[in-house]
Amino acid sequence: MSETFTPPTAFAVPGRIAVSNRAAATWQRAVLTEIRRETPRVSTFRFAVPGWQGHLPGQHLMLRLTAEDGYTAQRHYSLASPPDDSGHIELTLDHVEGGEVSGFLHTVARVGDAVEVRGPLSGFFAWPGDRPALLVGAGSGVVPLMSMLRHHRQRQLAVPLRLFVSARTREDLIYGDQYGDETTPVLTRESERRHLDTDHLAPCFTDGGPGWEAYVCGSNAFAEHASRLLVRLGQPVDRIRIERYG
Amino acid sequence: MTGGHPTRGFVGRPRTHNPGLPPGQYDARDDWPVLSAEVTPELAPDDWTFRVDGLVAEPRTWTWDEARALPGSSYEGDIHCVTTWSKFGVRFGGVSLDVFLDAARPDPAATHVVAYSHTGYTTNLPLADVTGGKAWVAFTYEDAPLPAEHGGPARLLVPHLYFWKSAKWLAGLRLLDHDEPGFWEQNGYHARGNPWEEQRYAGD
Ligand SMILES: Cc1cc2nc3c(=O)[nH]c(=O)nc-3n(C[C@H](O)[C@H](O)[C@H](O)COP(=O)(O)OP(=O)(O)OC[C@H]3O[C@@H](n4cnc5c(N)ncnc54)[C@H](O)[C@@H]3O)c2cc1C
Repeated sequence: MSETFTPPTAFAVPGRIAVSNRAAATWQRAVLTEIRRETPRVSTFRFAVPGWQGHLPGQHLMLRLTAEDGYTAQRHYSLASPPDDSGHIELTLDHVEGGEVSGFLHTVARVGDAVEVRGPLSGFFAWPGDRPALLVGAGSGVVPLMSMLRHHRQRQLAVPLRLFVSARTREDLIYGDQYGDETTPVLTRESERRHLDTDHLAPCFTDGGPGWEAYVCGSNAFAEHASRLLVRLGQPVDRIRIERYG
Repeated sequence: MTGGHPTRGFVGRPRTHNPGLPPGQYDARDDWPVLSAEVTPELAPDDWTFRVDGLVAEPRTWTWDEARALPGSSYEGDIHCVTTWSKFGVRFGGVSLDVFLDAARPDPAATHVVAYSHTGYTTNLPLADVTGGKAWVAFTYEDAPLPAEHGGPARLLVPHLYFWKSAKWLAGLRLLDHDEPGFWEQNGYHARGNPWEEQRYAGD
């Protein structure tokens, strides 16, 4: 009776790497060593995590804050830094209005303070640098994609990489001065004044394109929009990975 | 949860004593975040089917109309997502999984199930977690059709476990005599996912 399991319409997207269960289960102390402003609402936080086991671009971690009475708040954050052996990691956080964790980091935390992290988590959105990467992000959704771009540069990878990043204005564009020819910013409230559309992405699909692995990250509304554009352009659904920030 | 080391200056939100909130979770109030990692499929009720197979006496497939004609029941209560939000007092309507399983008659050797989606998403659960009035095939949310991004036309609902176990766009349930990790479980997530024991990741 035990026939082999075949989902009716298979497009389960396989994970990209094996994940260390031990790293995911252990809280580590992370000491804030630097805060860099990226935009009026967004800053990058650099932490020393001496025992960090390394990560792949695209992975995230869980960050935990504990109050004196033992109360805790924990949230997921993508790793902005590429894999390296510096013993440091970087997170880039949007300052969410009334946000418990992002509000604390933006307004109270200062260099020398310690928080706790566990990770890296989830191999699904990871990009090991092997396949052509078509990266599409909006707002702070560009964070894990920037880790991929940095990795690509650092290792001087030859595999094609294209980044489309949507922001309201040039001032709101995170890492705005760090993009090169690989990146197309799409500004929704300035210059072009429109949302990411098929014509932005279409040049990536001339002659079918190089066989992209697509990574989409941002709010749910953006992820729905961008993933539909990709499907319309012929990107196979089992080659679209989506990270929704909720 | 083993409490962490205090972070200088962190006070946090006012503590509201909420016995319904599992450790490490917060109340998302009116928000219902969407966190699926796949493209939302366009799945019409007419194209939707639900199958129970594997270690059962009678493998069966229900169409939308057949499933909707079964005796309905609803869940009113809370849901908990591994990304740390919980949502209180939600209402789902559907059919208890017991109704489907009773029709398919599980083999006594069956101990686990793999729930699978029309997208190919999978998640594993102990059989005991989806029997005895604890799990549903849900068709409605707050008395309206379940939106596609939340798994419509039909999703699994296992509200006492983290919500990644409640597979969206549910296509079937396969009964097994062993545990077999699903999509997130192969990506480092916990095999059972009990929010009250904070079983988020393998090893928790
Ligand atoms: C995989 C993943 C990766 C992510 N990566 C990033 C990243 O790289 N960068 C980034 O900036 N974000 C990222 N996020 C989002 C991040 O996890 C948080 O959701 C975000 O920082 C907001 O958290 P917060 O504690 O600041 O706000 P929260 O306290 O969660 O509040 C969010 C909103 O709800 C309101 N609210 C909620 N509960 C209450 C309450 N009880 N009382 C009053 N108001 C309330 C707040 O006012 C606020 O507007 C990621 C999310 C996921 C799932």
